[in-house]
Amino acid sequence: MATYSIKEAKAAPSSSKGIFFWLKENLFPDVKNSLLTLVGMYFVYLTIPPLLNWMIFDATWSGTQAEIVKEGARWIFIIEKFDQFMYGFYPEALHWRPNLVLFITFAFLASFKLVSNLKVKIAFMLLYPVVCFLLISGGWFGLETVETEKWGGLMLTLVVAAVGIIASFPLGIVLALGRQSDMPIVKTLCVGFIEFIRGVPLITILFMASVVLPLFFSDGIDFDKLLRALIGITLFQAAYIAEVVRGGLQAIPKGQYEAAKSLGLGYWQGMILIILPQALKISIPNLVGSFISLFKDTTLVLIIGLFDILAMVTLTNSDTSWLGYEIEGYVFVTLIYWVICFSMSQYSKAVERKFNTEH
Amino acid sequence: MNKTQLPAPSSNGFLNNPQNRAIIYQVCALLFVLFLAYYFTNNMFDNVEKRGITTGFSFLDDVAGFGISQTLIDYDDGGSTYYDVFIVGLLNTLLVSVIGVFVASVLGLLIGIGRLSQNFLVSKLSLVYIETFRNIPILLQILFWYNVVLAALPSPRQSFTYFDSFFLNNRGLLTPEPIFESGSGFILIAFILAVAGVFFLARWAKKRHDLIGEEFPLFKVSIAILIAAPLLVYFISGQPVSAEYPVLKGFNFKGGLAIIPELLALIFALSIYTATYIAEAVRAGIEAVPSGQKEAAKALGLKDHVILRKVVLPQALRVIIPPVINQYLNLVKNSSLATAIGYPEVVTLFSGTTLNQVGQAIEIILMTMAVYLTISIVISLVLNWVNAKMEIKGR
Repeated sequence: MATYSIKEAKAAPSSSKGIFFWLKENLFPDVKNSLLTLVGMYFVYLTIPPLLNWMIFDATWSGTQAEIVKEGARWIFIIEKFDQFMYGFYPEALHWRPNLVLFITFAFLASFKLVSNLKVKIAFMLLYPVVCFLLISGGWFGLETVETEKWGGLMLTLVVAAVGIIASFPLGIVLALGRQSDMPIVKTLCVGFIEFIRGVPLITILFMASVVLPLFFSDGIDFDKLLRALIGITLFQAAYIAEVVRGGLQAIPKGQYEAAKSLGLGYWQGMILIILPQALKISIPNLVGSFISLFKDTTLVLIIGLFDILAMVTLTNSDTSWLGYEIEGYVFVTLIYWVICFSMSQYSKAVERKFNTEH
Repeated sequence: MNKTQLPAPSSNGFLNNPQNRAIIYQVCALLFVLFLAYYFTNNMFDNVEKRGITTGFSFLDDVAGFGISQTLIDYDDGGSTYYDVFIVGLLNTLLVSVIGVFVASVLGLLIGIGRLSQNFLVSKLSLVYIETFRNIPILLQILFWYNVVLAALPSPRQSFTYFDSFFLNNRGLLTPEPIFESGSGFILIAFILAVAGVFFLARWAKKRHDLIGEEFPLFKVSIAILIAAPLLVYFISGQPVSAEYPVLKGFNFKGGLAIIPELLALIFALSIYTATYIAEAVRAGIEAVPSGQKEAAKALGLKDHVILRKVVLPQALRVIIPPVINQYLNLVKNSSLATAIGYPEVVTLFSGTTLNQVGQAIEIILMTMAVYLTISIVISLVLNWVNAKMEIKGR
C-alpha cells in the first residue's frame, strides 16, 4: 500500500515576494508606469523637502522678532497672537469661561456613552446649550457680561458651527417630514423653502440676514450682528439637513411605515419611535458630511463683519509691530480647519463601514 | 346577547377623521405663513418709510458712477447705469464659472483617474491631493491665493516672462490679445459649419454602424474637420486675425489682454477645490461598474481601449454625471465668495457697491438671489434632461 506524506509547502520564489517585488509590481511594472513614478517622485522631491524645511527645520519657534534669522516660518507670531486666534477680543481674565465650555462639551459627549436613562439624556440635551450660552455671554449669577462684539477667533467659529448644527437639526427634520407628507400645502411650503435656500449661495442669505432681516421687525426688536448671522446659517443648514434626512426616510422600507400604522401608532408616535431612529441612523455619514460643509462655511461670517478665526489673520496682521505675517497666519488656520474637517470625515467613513454589512 | 353595544365614542368625531385633520393642519400652516408674510411686509414698509428709503426698481436707470476693474461689455464710469453694473456683474460671474468648470473638470478627471491607477505613488499622491484640498474652506483658499501667492508676484518691471508674450506680475497675467479684422467672421462661419457637419457625420456613422456593423473613425475625422475647416478659411481669407502683444511702457504694460489677479486667484481656488469632489465622483463612478463587466468584455476579445470606451465609460458616466453637475452648481454658488477679494461679480458689484450707494437692500438682494436661482434652475433642468437621456432603457 502506498503511503502518502504531507509535503512541506515551498516558500514563494524570491522573485514574487519582498520589497523589490513590491516595488516592481506597484511602481515599475512597465515603461509608462515607471515614467509616471519618476515624475511623481520628482514632484514629491520638489514639494515635500522645502515644505518641511519651511514649516519645521528652518522655523523660528521661540524668541523675539529681532532674533529671527532663519528663512522658515516664524511661528513666534502665532505664539504671540495665540490668544487672539483662539478667543478674539474676549477679555483675557475671562478666558476660563470658554475653556470651561469646551470641557463641558467633552463631558456632555462622554455622558452620552455613560448615561443610559433616556430622560436624563434629554435633560442634559436641553440644559447643555443654556449652560454654555450663559457661561460664554455672562450676565447671570454674577458673571460679567461679554458683548458678542468681543467674541472672536476659534471660539466664535465653534459657536457658529455648534449653533448651526444644533438649531438646524430639528428644523431640518420637520422640513424633511413636511416634504415627505401627503398634505399638498405643507409639502409645497417645505419644497419651496428647501429649494429656494439650496438654490442661492450662503453669502446672499447672510447678506439678507444682516441687511434685510432688521427691516422685517418693528423697531423695538433689535438683533445683534451675531444673532443675525446665526439665523441665516441655521435656515441655510436646515435646508441641507432636510435633504439628507429625506434621503434616509426614503431608504426605509415601506413595510416599516405600514408596521407602525398596524400597531395603532399615530403619525408622530410612528415617526419618533419607528421611522426616524432608523432613518437618522442610516443618514449619519451624510449628516456628518453636511456638518463638515457647515463648519467650512462658517468662514463666510467674516464677509458680514464677524471676527472668526480666519478674520483674525487679517486682523492680527494689522498690528503695526507685526506686519507681513499673513503666511504663518493662513497656514495655522488652514491646519486647524484641516485637522477638524479631516477627523470628522474619517469618523463618517468609519460609521459608514460599520453600517455597511453587505459583502 | 346582553352586552350593550358601546357607542363608538369618538371614532366618528369630526376631528378623528384623518382627512379633516389634514385640512385643519394645512389651513393652520398656511395661516401661519400668511401671517408671517403679512407681519414682515407690514413692518418692512413701515421701516422703509421711516428711514426714507425709496422702493421699486427705478434706481436701475440711475448713473452708477464708479469704476469696475473688469468689464466684458462697454462700461463707462460717468454714463453707465446700475442696470449696466448688474449686467457686468452677471457676465463676470458667468465668466469665472465657465472657466472654473472647465479647469475643474479637467483637473478632477485627471486626479480621479490617478486615484484608480495601479501605480502606488500616483494613487497615493491623488489621495493626498483630494484629502488636503477638500478639507480646507474654499474662502480660506481664495484668500490664500490672493493675499499670499499672487501678492508675492513681482512688479510689472520684473514680471515673469514666458515666450516673450505672456507676462505674470502683481497686476495679473498679460497675454496677447487676438485682433479680429474684417473677414474674420468667415472663420466663425466655417467653424459653425464644421460643427454642424460633425453632428450629421456622427448621425450617419451611427446609422451605418447599426446597418452594417462597421466602425467609422468618427473621433479622428471630427477633430480633423474641426481644425482643418477654420484653418483653411483663415488662410483663404488672407489671415484676418492677428495678435497684439503686451509691451512694457514705463511702469506698466500697454496692450494685450490682461487677466486681473482677482480672477486668477478665484479660478485657482475654485477649480482646485471643486476638482477634489469631481475626482471623487469619477472614482466612485468607475468603481461602480461591476468587474464582471470588464471581464466579460475581455472574454469577448475586446481591446483595452474599446472596453473602456464601449463598456466601462457608458455605465460609469451614468453614475458620474449627476454629482458632477451638482458640483458645477456648487462652483457657481461658491464664485460668490469673490466678494471677499473684490473680484467684480454680481455679489460684489450689486450686493456690495450698489447696495452701499443706493441702500435699497430688499430689491438688490432679491435680484442677486434671482440670478443664482435662475442658474440653479437651469442647471437642474439640464441634470434632469441628462438623467432622462441616460436612464437604462427598460423593455
